[in-house]
Amino acid sequence: MTGRTETLDTAAVVRASLRGRRFNPAGVAFEATLLLMLLVSLLILVTLLADIVIGALPVFRDRGVDFVTSGISLDSSTAGVWTALLGSIGITLIVAVVAFPLGIGAAVYLEEYAPDNALTRFLQTNIRNLAGVPSIVYGLLGLAVFVRLVDLIGLGGPDTTAGRNVIAAGITLAVLVLPIIIITASEALRAVPDTIREAGFGVGATQWEVIRHHTLPAAAPGILTGTVLALARAFGETAPLLVIGVATGFFSAGSAGLFDRLTGTYTALPAVVLSWSRQADPVFKENLAPAAIVVLLVVLFVANGSAVILRNRYERRW
Amino acid sequence: MGVAVESRDQALVESPIVFDVAGLNVHYGDFHAVKDVGIQIRRNEITALIGPSGCGKSTVLRCFNRMNDLIETARVSGSIRYHDVDLYGSDVDPVQVRRHIGMVFQKPNPFPKSIYDNVAFGPKIAGFDGDLDELVEQALTQAALWDEVKDKLNDSAYALSGGQQQRLCIARAIATSPDVVLMDEPASALDPIATLRIEDLMQGLKENYSIVIVTHNMQQAARVSDRTAFFTVDMEETGQRTGVLVEFDETSTIFTNPGEKRTEDYITGRFG
Repeated sequence: MTGRTETLDTAAVVRASLRGRRFNPAGVAFEATLLLMLLVSLLILVTLLADIVIGALPVFRDRGVDFVTSGISLDSSTAGVWTALLGSIGITLIVAVVAFPLGIGAAVYLEEYAPDNALTRFLQTNIRNLAGVPSIVYGLLGLAVFVRLVDLIGLGGPDTTAGRNVIAAGITLAVLVLPIIIITASEALRAVPDTIREAGFGVGATQWEVIRHHTLPAAAPGILTGTVLALARAFGETAPLLVIGVATGFFSAGSAGLFDRLTGTYTALPAVVLSWSRQADPVFKENLAPAAIVVLLVVLFVANGSAVILRNRYERRW
Repeated sequence: MGVAVESRDQALVESPIVFDVAGLNVHYGDFHAVKDVGIQIRRNEITALIGPSGCGKSTVLRCFNRMNDLIETARVSGSIRYHDVDLYGSDVDPVQVRRHIGMVFQKPNPFPKSIYDNVAFGPKIAGFDGDLDELVEQALTQAALWDEVKDKLNDSAYALSGGQQQRLCIARAIATSPDVVLMDEPASALDPIATLRIEDLMQGLKENYSIVIVTHNMQQAARVSDRTAFFTVDMEETGQRTGVLVEFDETSTIFTNPGEKRTEDYITGRFG
């Protein structure tokens, strides 16, 4: 057989095998199943959202922003989420003030300073475990420690509240989201290439200068995203608040000042959703609770959206 | 032998010693990375450290600016005297060491900041209080990058090409007015033209600085360096591999008349 005929034969074989595209039923069935799974998941979400929005629609149609700016009330025609919204925002701000510095500080220490030994790895593993602890456990911690502590240092408000206020709730939820912040900040710091640190040390920077000028700024977008997600978690958290005494009934907040709002009886959006869904008056259950959920979701979407925008802007600069 | 070496009529003038290394050993944990190294780095010369992968040439380089301090398991013993000061003495501040001894890394690693800030960072943290703009221009000019970037100093350093980024890193290293510049395979990630530019640049820099360059490109060592140290990997009795210095001499001698068989085998490409 000469080289030339061999080439011709090979070409003929290739040509024959290229023709006749085959139908692969197993592959198509697999793809269709996956698509179906996706659609089912989406359908559940869409049904849920649609149900809520349909229930909430009459409230926003009839009352508009009045629903958002009205305080809690036993009368379904005047009840609104204002008190709860303020409570939730107050709690979230306290969470931010407490958990940001603690979480980021702990992450910087773990990633940049701590020696890589058994103790550090033990700590890291357990911080991950803490992130998985059911939130109600943090509620018990908050009741046993932070409610009393807040009362003890004189921020407990009137005797009827005795520490069961926004401050105690904020600290409790801060502890709850602390592991999440530490983990995401650690991951963001770990993602900064070592070559950047070496470059910093190489021009004679101290460890602090390297962290301050290079590592932290490079990790900032990741840290920011993680912390905003943690805040969103705190904003929607319900179980621990119930344990540490969020008001689920009617109370008069009236025109209380800032200090009274911080130290006195409070409520939060998820707690209001819970209490309204248990009311005898069907309007509370069928319309007002969904409307409160819509407010909660809108705040969360805005928060997450602004985090994404902030992060993108930061990243685009360099 | 396939490697062109400039012919030199006379031996190099013995300029003052900057680094005097004797009996240097480096361990990473149980791993004996470098064994009993002794060399001298002289002022305004380019000293090349060459050898196969794993021979410890980068490890030795990183001893000169105490970069190995950053690796927890690293242990350095023996003596490195820098201008007759024990570099690893207990009263020596590694941060100060690195302000006198600049470093350029294997992969261009500019800070994720502007071109200007990349160069200005070192002088700023060192407390430079003169005209920063002028200093940045000087450093970039010395690094042969000024003309290419003078109109976009506030652009991100990441917008530059690989070769430009590496010259920016050189500008950053010399902006703190160091005494020595260490280069760890500075051209290994660059194309031949960018490599040539870096090599040309080094010849100019040598007027002001003493340069130590690690390279596994023998032609590069032959082209740019005044003295060459050849390292290789030895098997210890325990079966562990360790880096050893085989020969240290003027580059022309190493490449034309090496004293050791192993050096000759390596530079003629007959190595293992």
